[in-house]
Amino acid sequence: MSLRLSQGGRLIDRSKPVKFSFNGKALSGFAGDTLASALLASDHMLMGRSFKYHRPRGVVARGHEEPNALMNIGAGVFFEPNQRATVTPLREGLEAASQNHWPSLETDIGAVNGMLSRFLPAGFYYKTFIHPRPAWKHLFEPFIRQSAGLGKAPKEADGDQYEYLYQFCDVLVAGGGVAGLQAALRTGREGKRVLLLEQAAVWGGRAISDGDELDGQSAEAWVAQAVAELEAMANVTLCLNVVVSGVYDHGYVLAAQALPDHLPGGESPRERLWRIRTGKVIAAAGAIERPLSFAGNDIPGVMLAGAMRDYLADFGVVVGPRSVVVTNNDDAYRTAFALKAAGQAVPLIVDARPECDSPIIAAARAAGIEIAFGSAIAKVEGGKRVTGVQICAQNSAGSALREIACDAVAMSGGWSPAVHLFSQAGGKVIWDEASAFFRPDATRPPTGDDGVPFVSVVGAANGYLEAAQALADGAGEPVPDGVQAAIAAVWRMPAEAPAKLREKTWLDFQNDVKVSDVQLAAREGFESVEHAKRYTTLGMATDQGKLSNINGLAVLGDALGREIPQVGTTTFRPPYVPLTLGTVAGEARGPLFQPLRKTPMDAWHDSQGAYWEPVGHWRRPYCFLRGDETPEQAVAREVTNTRQNLGLLDASTLGKILVKGPDAGRFLDMLYTNMMSNLKPGRCRYGLMCSENGFLMDDGVVARIDEDTWLCHTTSGGADHVHGHMEDWLQTEWWDWQVYTANLTEQYAQIAVVGPQARAVLERLGGMDLSAEALPFMAWAEGELAGIPARVFRISFSGELSFEVAVPAGRGLELWQRLMDEGEALGVMPYGTEALHIMRAEKGFIMIGDETDGTVIPQDLGLNWAISKKKTDYMGKAAQARSHMTDPERWKLVGLETLDGSVLPDGAYAVGAGENAVGQRNMIGRVTSTYHSPTLSRGIAMGLVVHGPERMGEVLEFPQISGDVIKARIVSPVFFDPEGERLHG
Amino acid sequence: MLILTCPYCGVRAEETELAPGGEAHLKRVDPEGSPEALEEYLFHRANPKGVHFERWRHAYGCGKWFLAARDTVSMEVFGTYPAQISEPPQELIDTIRARRPGWEPV
Repeated sequence: MSLRLSQGGRLIDRSKPVKFSFNGKALSGFAGDTLASALLASDHMLMGRSFKYHRPRGVVARGHEEPNALMNIGAGVFFEPNQRATVTPLREGLEAASQNHWPSLETDIGAVNGMLSRFLPAGFYYKTFIHPRPAWKHLFEPFIRQSAGLGKAPKEADGDQYEYLYQFCDVLVAGGGVAGLQAALRTGREGKRVLLLEQAAVWGGRAISDGDELDGQSAEAWVAQAVAELEAMANVTLCLNVVVSGVYDHGYVLAAQALPDHLPGGESPRERLWRIRTGKVIAAAGAIERPLSFAGNDIPGVMLAGAMRDYLADFGVVVGPRSVVVTNNDDAYRTAFALKAAGQAVPLIVDARPECDSPIIAAARAAGIEIAFGSAIAKVEGGKRVTGVQICAQNSAGSALREIACDAVAMSGGWSPAVHLFSQAGGKVIWDEASAFFRPDATRPPTGDDGVPFVSVVGAANGYLEAAQALADGAGEPVPDGVQAAIAAVWRMPAEAPAKLREKTWLDFQNDVKVSDVQLAAREGFESVEHAKRYTTLGMATDQGKLSNINGLAVLGDALGREIPQVGTTTFRPPYVPLTLGTVAGEARGPLFQPLRKTPMDAWHDSQGAYWEPVGHWRRPYCFLRGDETPEQAVAREVTNTRQNLGLLDASTLGKILVKGPDAGRFLDMLYTNMMSNLKPGRCRYGLMCSENGFLMDDGVVARIDEDTWLCHTTSGGADHVHGHMEDWLQTEWWDWQVYTANLTEQYAQIAVVGPQARAVLERLGGMDLSAEALPFMAWAEGELAGIPARVFRISFSGELSFEVAVPAGRGLELWQRLMDEGEALGVMPYGTEALHIMRAEKGFIMIGDETDGTVIPQDLGLNWAISKKKTDYMGKAAQARSHMTDPERWKLVGLETLDGSVLPDGAYAVGAGENAVGQRNMIGRVTSTYHSPTLSRGIAMGLVVHGPERMGEVLEFPQISGDVIKARIVSPVFFDPEGERLHG
Repeated sequence: MLILTCPYCGVRAEETELAPGGEAHLKRVDPEGSPEALEEYLFHRANPKGVHFERWRHAYGCGKWFLAARDTVSMEVFGTYPAQISEPPQELIDTIRARRPGWEPV
């Protein structure tokens, strides 16, 4: 049984008990514990079930690399899945629950998968469940969905706060172990602005737990002295609990800071995302221990050797009184010494290497610990916890020579330098045959914008695993040779393990990938390591293969008959550890997610029942609700009132771009499909703007202000884009043309005064002659209305008599109020965007984004009248002459009237005769806009239909998902007032 | 996340301030051009592994479009220059040749 010893544990405070719960059971640990150490101390070795076979799993590692002990933490708005128990600090009241089991952790029905494992090999999703077809939907998929997956997705929005922190430095040191402290001291003493970040809650990395000696001092004393010196330097910032998660191009670095004193729902943020720009990065991220591949290496109680001595040194916790150590290197011997020193039994060190010698091996012999060289674990005995091991020769097929009863197995397959940060930004790694690991290739580092390397690596991350080496490497001094005996590359244990052992030999604990799965993938032709990874899922999910990658590569290489360097590694991508989405989002949520643009009349709308809708970054009233009206009722009222009396629309969001200069006319002739240079001052013209590919991009009314000035109106959502488009062509193509543009959208408030009483209300305001003679349709005039300087454009998007009045933004609300007051006797009502849409659809006017979707050209919409025949060139003209654009089979704009008067669903497709190549009904058209018209009391729609304009009167069929078919007749898109008499008032 | 120096305002701008605009030095083809030339202009873009010339706009800065020469693999920036030019400046070509022996402009 795992338990806490009566003494020891440098990180815990035994005077401060901490209560928590696990799967509803009340437990207690100490301040300083992690969730994993507290569970071990309470004899909870079983911490979860595996992903695929639901095998019982216990904790394997000490840190972020933990693959098994993933927990659901918290509840409600503070619930979070897949939290690694090894890095979750214990706090009072913590609620933890294990994952991936049903009905309970102890008794899990899904474990039957384990017995079926022969039928669930690598890629089983793609093979086993294809036939019979219906079985996938009704049988296999529900079962797989029920049994697969790790934590549950939270159902509620995150209740915690998060924020960003911006940092700039000359040197970022990632990792506060011995090498990182040395590097920070060296660069700090040079006067550089240094940022030193450590993911753990304490400085010193492994050195203190391992009891290393540094410069003749204890590691504890050395680390304390180094930290004190760094803290005294004004140019050095150092911080614990910050994990560097990604190194990106040109010295951009992301790091996540966990705030350890944060309580759920507390006022302080839970995590901070550090957005760092640094000159150089020194990666001192240490190394990660590898498991060994022997049968039963996933049974709870089998743990990494380094982790086992961490739990002892840091928390005073042991997995059991009798532990067997199995290794292919010297480092695991330290675990044997540590356990011995704590009074625990170590019956045997199983060393896969042929007999060898080194100071630590000699010390083990001297301490009387039995060592079996050239040996291997054939098999671990036990189910939910280790009960013993079978020992065999490493160069054998696994026939047991002896059995040893034990409670725990400490395994070490050697250490892999954490090369992630170096690799993420483009650094290359090389295989070090003697040390059996990938190390950073100092000759191929990531380079910055100046072409100079910007990431260097020191210490264990650079392949210098011994403390004295890390000390020298971090200081930039020559690195002494190590004193340890050489590692032996052991990728399978025993070397000739037969299938029945390989099928119980786990490479990737988190994804349940076994040696046999990787071998199967190789046999099936997945030779590229990237393909084999995705086929077997080796190295995916929250741990991203931190334990499994190298062992998996070695097995793949072996199966393919290739050396490890030829197999290569998968790509190291950020983040180094999983980031909570809340941390990535920071404060950009709720009202701060994006800016909200408001018109000068916004407050008035808000007070008068505006029912808002977003339009780009703007909010606009969809309609104005009165009493207990529904939005549909309000929209119908607004349309009818505008057509019968008087409506006001806040059109301030309309884009307004001033184009000025001697070449402005020439420029606009290139930008619009029709001619703008011959527009007379004082007149307006509707214009279409296309991309170079010929597709309709934006539309709007252009007014000529004077000889060399035009005002271009754009769609509300398109103003910034159109302005950028204009600047692009002016700056990069026609830079010798004398044209100036200014986006004046927010400088003006604009009000559409619409309806039979439009002129009457403006005359009541007084100040300008707006008679049909003085201001004919498609003309504009400047003057004063109600004492407010104004431009009045006589244009109409509704088919009614209509004036759009632009005034300085600061006077928009005043004008709006005056119009409401003077209009009261004339039946004025404000209307919103939906009434605008309906009225334009009743008139057959197109809307960018409804009738257009980036594949539609003006010719499709019957807008040839707005395309100049005289011009030799305009943007998109050449493309519109391409064969596909002139194809008579292109779908063209028509009106659609349902036979029963109902409203067609938006986006519905019309089907024709026959089927396409994949057996679907041929489609011959689709609905682009569809509304209930209050004016006509029926459904109206616009759509694009093949040969549409030639098929007037034909009835099309629009099948619905329900199986019903809606029939609609092709008609003219102009449903109302086709003669256009109403806009003359 | 790239840093590019805007040649107009001199700011070392980071990528969040910039908007990308694709390949630089495209030659516009008007309706008089051949179908092949038009196809090349509209659709065919260079995607080199190595030295590349591209368009950027200092969208959240001075608003100007400029051009940059960059290595698409190592992210080295050889230089940025104003967009009012139809070919990369000779000085920049010389810089790239010096740093990438054997490279020739297409």
